[in-house]
Amino acid sequence: MNELALAIPWLGKRNPLAARWLVIAIAIAAPLVAMAFGRTWVRVLDFALLYILLALGLNLVVGFAGLLDLGYIAFYAVGAYTAAFLASPHFDVHLPIWIVLPLAACFAATAGITLGFPVLRLRGDYLAIVTLGFGEIVRIFMNNLNYPINITNGPQGINALDPVVLFGWDLSRNIQVTEELSINSLFLYYYFFLLCVVGSIIFIQRLQISRVGRAWAAMRDDELAAKAIGINTRNMKLLAFALGATFGGVSGVLFGTFQGFVSPESFSLMESIAVLTMVVFGGMGNIAGAIVGAIILSALPEILRHLAVPVQQALFGHVLLDPEVLRMLLLSLAMILMMLLRPSGLIPASAKYSHIRYLKAKGVTE
Amino acid sequence: MHTNPNSPLLQLAGMEVAYGGIKAVKGIDLELYRGELVSLIGANGAGKTTTLNAIAGSLKIAGGEIHYAGEKVHVLPAHRRLRRGIALVPEGRGIFTRLTVEENLRMGAYTRNDTAGIEQDLERVYTMLPRVKERLHQIAGTLSGGEQQMVAIGRALLSRPKLLLLDEPSMGLAPLVVEKIFEVVQSVAKEGVTVLLVEQNANLALEFSQRAYVMESGKITLTGSGADLLTNPKVRAAYLGEEAA
Repeated sequence: MNELALAIPWLGKRNPLAARWLVIAIAIAAPLVAMAFGRTWVRVLDFALLYILLALGLNLVVGFAGLLDLGYIAFYAVGAYTAAFLASPHFDVHLPIWIVLPLAACFAATAGITLGFPVLRLRGDYLAIVTLGFGEIVRIFMNNLNYPINITNGPQGINALDPVVLFGWDLSRNIQVTEELSINSLFLYYYFFLLCVVGSIIFIQRLQISRVGRAWAAMRDDELAAKAIGINTRNMKLLAFALGATFGGVSGVLFGTFQGFVSPESFSLMESIAVLTMVVFGGMGNIAGAIVGAIILSALPEILRHLAVPVQQALFGHVLLDPEVLRMLLLSLAMILMMLLRPSGLIPASAKYSHIRYLKAKGVTE
Repeated sequence: MHTNPNSPLLQLAGMEVAYGGIKAVKGIDLELYRGELVSLIGANGAGKTTTLNAIAGSLKIAGGEIHYAGEKVHVLPAHRRLRRGIALVPEGRGIFTRLTVEENLRMGAYTRNDTAGIEQDLERVYTMLPRVKERLHQIAGTLSGGEQQMVAIGRALLSRPKLLLLDEPSMGLAPLVVEKIFEVVQSVAKEGVTVLLVEQNANLALEFSQRAYVMESGKITLTGSGADLLTNPKVRAAYLGEEAA
């Protein structure tokens, strides 16, 4: 829970309890506030949560295990397309989310291990290049597997994915409370995603202080030394790839079912870079960092997009810079500012991955 | 496993290691008996570090065999060999710079789960390395070179090794500190841990070890007791900076 408090660094250090409740309050109230500005903003928040899931997953690979992965979005694609194959009219298969989700997680993990095996001996730049290639291969496959047999429907993508149905409750339908008052489906998705994010945070926190987390930390610091103390670095790397990919796959399913539509263009290299930027910007190896990075860098471009068009029109009479261009500009600007002002990210990771410090904090030892 | 106490703990038989096609270690034989402190000396690029890494399992061998306690260990991966009791203190110390000293030490016990034994070994390391005990909660990356080396040795000891492989513990340290490190190594050996020490500081290494091997471009060219080698004119000329007689 300390990670939550850290999401607000200034208050988090002085009064962790207050900071924690503030974060929880913001998380719950955010869509209600956003709704006041229009439904689009609730949708932006929904996407922000998906990006948080992605950033948390990539943070496992890049931040915890120290493996630079530039093709992470491929696992997102695997998840989204799994949902598209197993729950849409495309093949006329309609499996429930409870089956699609674990299957997608398995497929993504398998894809992670498939990527992991050939790159076990690579590090740094070389690893980045191979993973980048992997990400592109997956996207190009999705783009071209419509001939001779139509599997992915090519660049047109797959439409009308089944919505999430929890215990017979369809999240894509608004709930009509009274004549005037209805709860929008976007809210239902928001709280569903929020639940997924909270579950992931708890899982990752436990992981971080586990044997696996310590092994990753050791491996990241010094691989030879990690081997020397008896860590099976091969398995630990594969596990990092597999677990990171699982998160990507799960968010992919959520993305596909939420949007109701998947196409290869959602899984471009730029998306991989955007998620990596979120992790690096927030602070590598740090749960709170990944969350804050994902929120800022997914919501800010949207805000800018809505401001940019009217502002440019007012100033120049027409739109000079496309909002999509602005998004990349903003990401680059964020990275440059970060490197100048806070080189280890908005919320730098403290070296608190160890079991001992955790136990001490809980008062178990000494 | 029943092994003859008189048989060597570690035996390299014609061991070869290659990087790509180039052989860095060209078929060496080496024996280590229980409780011995043996050093492997030689010039830069002679293949000393390669030899140690091959014994520890972080490099695959290209030929020959590694016998350890009556078992062919060259087929085992590094983490299995550690469980058998082969611990390596890598060159350049290789401590975890972002963890505290205590966390570094405890990481050494990664493969163990006998909590009581670990605590006992921690105490042992503290008495052996009082300097380290003073700095338990400091981030290891902020220690001096000598202290980092001690942490690295202490961490290796926490795996409760039977065979300790030390790769150039004197590297980049002040002469006074080097002497201290060697004293620590000697006290480790006195506790019954067999030590194989790779050193460029031939003088001190020979002084402290019972036996030594001299390695030159991938081969072992000389072997003998530490005292003998110290007086050997060839060794003195090649490694101790004396003019050849």
